[in-house]
Formats: sequence, C-alpha cells, structure tokens
Amino acid sequence: MEYGILMAADTEVDFMIHGLFSYELFGQTLWITTSHVCILIVMLLLLTFAIIANRKIKHATEVPDTFQCVIELIVEKLDGMVENAMGHNAKYFANYIGTIFCFILLSNISGLLGLRPPTADYGTTLALALITFGIITFQKFKHQHVSGFLKGLCDPWPIWAPINLIGDIAVPVSLSLRLFANILSGVVIEALVYTLLAKVAIIWPAALHVYFDLFSGAIQTYVFCMLTMTYVNQAIEDGEY
Amino acid sequence: MENFTGADFILGCSAIGAGLAVIAGIGPGIGQGIAAGHGAAAVGRNPGAKGDITSTMLLGQAVAETTGLYGLLVAMLLMFVKPLAR
Repeated sequence: MEYGILMAADTEVDFMIHGLFSYELFGQTLWITTSHVCILIVMLLLLTFAIIANRKIKHATEVPDTFQCVIELIVEKLDGMVENAMGHNAKYFANYIGTIFCFILLSNISGLLGLRPPTADYGTTLALALITFGIITFQKFKHQHVSGFLKGLCDPWPIWAPINLIGDIAVPVSLSLRLFANILSGVVIEALVYTLLAKVAIIWPAALHVYFDLFSGAIQTYVFCMLTMTYVNQAIEDGEY
Repeated sequence: MENFTGADFILGCSAIGAGLAVIAGIGPGIGQGIAAGHGAAAVGRNPGAKGDITSTMLLGQAVAETTGLYGLLVAMLLMFVKPLAR
C-alpha cells in the first residue's frame, strides 16, 4: 500500500491476464494465458450448441418443438440483420457475420459465467478487426480492381494519398479498440467493486453485471457487426458505380 | 519526505496524467446526450419508427463513445502498466 490503493494494483486489485505456462517457438517465448482458456471454453460452448442444433435440424419436424423454434429464431434474426445492412450482398457474408456475432456475444457475456471475457484481451479484438480489414481490402481489389483502388487512394488529389491510407488503417484500430476498451472498462470496474468494496458487495453488483456484461456487451457486438457490414458493403458498392 | 525518490514523483505525475486523460469523457457525454435528445424528438414526431430510431441512435452513440474510450485507455495504461516508471 505504498503508493495508495490503485497504484498497488498488481498485488491488490486483480483484473489482469495471467500466463499459465510458457513455451519456446523459433526462439520466442510465448505464453498460454487465461484468455486462451476462456476462448476455448466459449468455443466449446458454441460447438456443443452447434452440434446439437445440427442434429436437431436434420430431424426437423413439420410442427417445431421449443428447441427447433429457438434455432430457427436465431438464424432468422441474424440473417435479417445482415439482409437489412447489406441488401443483395447479404448471401455472401451472412455466414461470417453470424459466426462473429455469436462468438463476440458469448465472449462478452462470459463474465456472467465467472470467466474473464476473452474480448477484454487486445489480442482477440485485434485479430477480429484484422479479419474485417482483410475482407475490406480483398473486396476493394475484387470489385474496384487495382485501378479503382489507386483512384480511391488518390481522392481527390494524389497528395492526399497518405491521409487516405491513414484513414484506411484507422478502421481496424478503432474497431478493435472500441470493443476492447468497452469490455475492459466493465472488467476493471467489477474487479474494483469486488476487491475494494468486498465487504458491502452483496447482491447489488448484479446491476453492474446487467449493465456492463449484458447491455454493453450486446450493444458492442451489434456495433462491431454493423460497422463490419457497412465497411464491406461500402467497399463493394464503390466498385459498382 | 526524505524517502521521496524520482520514481515516486513519476508515479504521482502518472496519476495526475491519468486523471487529466479521463477528462476526454466530457466530449462523448455531450455528444451522446445530443444524440439521445434528437432520438427522443424523432420518436415524438414519428412513434411508428421507434425501433429503427433506437437502433440507429445506439449505433451512433457507440461510435461517438470511441474518443472517450481512448482517454480511458490512456488513463489505464498510465495507472496499471506504468510505462513512464520503468
């Protein structure tokens, strides 16, 4: 407690990622961290649900029972969301958007399961944002070709190229930081309440979980998917006109 | 005060810097308030489009929040990672 409560955070308040064991690869020391374990748990939950849903939908009945109704509702809502945002391009991207929507949503609300949300690790969100960036760049090259890409870069004059380039690179940075910082702020505040107010933290922190895990997590999932779809759609439509 | 070292001074300045960094939260607060106000006005004018208005408003607010979150990240780095005290 030398530097006050918050400055002694690494011994008192604990919301950091911990390394479990390290290994050597090409001369680099790499760590398996708690984030990897949490991602594994989230993925196992999703996989289990997907396998059960697949079994169920193969033996689909004319009059659906409760579980079949839930599956159909999820697929319908996700497809509807992609359809609304992307129009006639929706059929190419519905699978990808649905996948990252399920993964990010379950990651964000996994704080309710007692895990540290994997999306509160910058490695996870940066990977997701880089996939989005790859898709945007690929679609630009596919639909606008190299000439259109260069023309877009030199808009309105060639001297603006560096600024346009920075604008392009800012997309994955802001996408990943937005998701990361939102979830991290929830994790930090919950950790502070549970450690520093441990004596009075009875029942009422549930309200914090509702806001930070459920509400904020769901909103940020929606925002990430909407922005991905908007950027990709923009890259496609710029080439069509 | 005789045990007061340079490292302590840097930690104190980091704490002040973290406090200054989260002042960035003012901007998004005002912006989100304006967005919510216009959203409420739009629902008042056209109550039928409440769902569309709400989702558009929440999307815009979440994007506007980004600059405030950058300030929060700077504050967190200063307080918990302590890059200046290395």
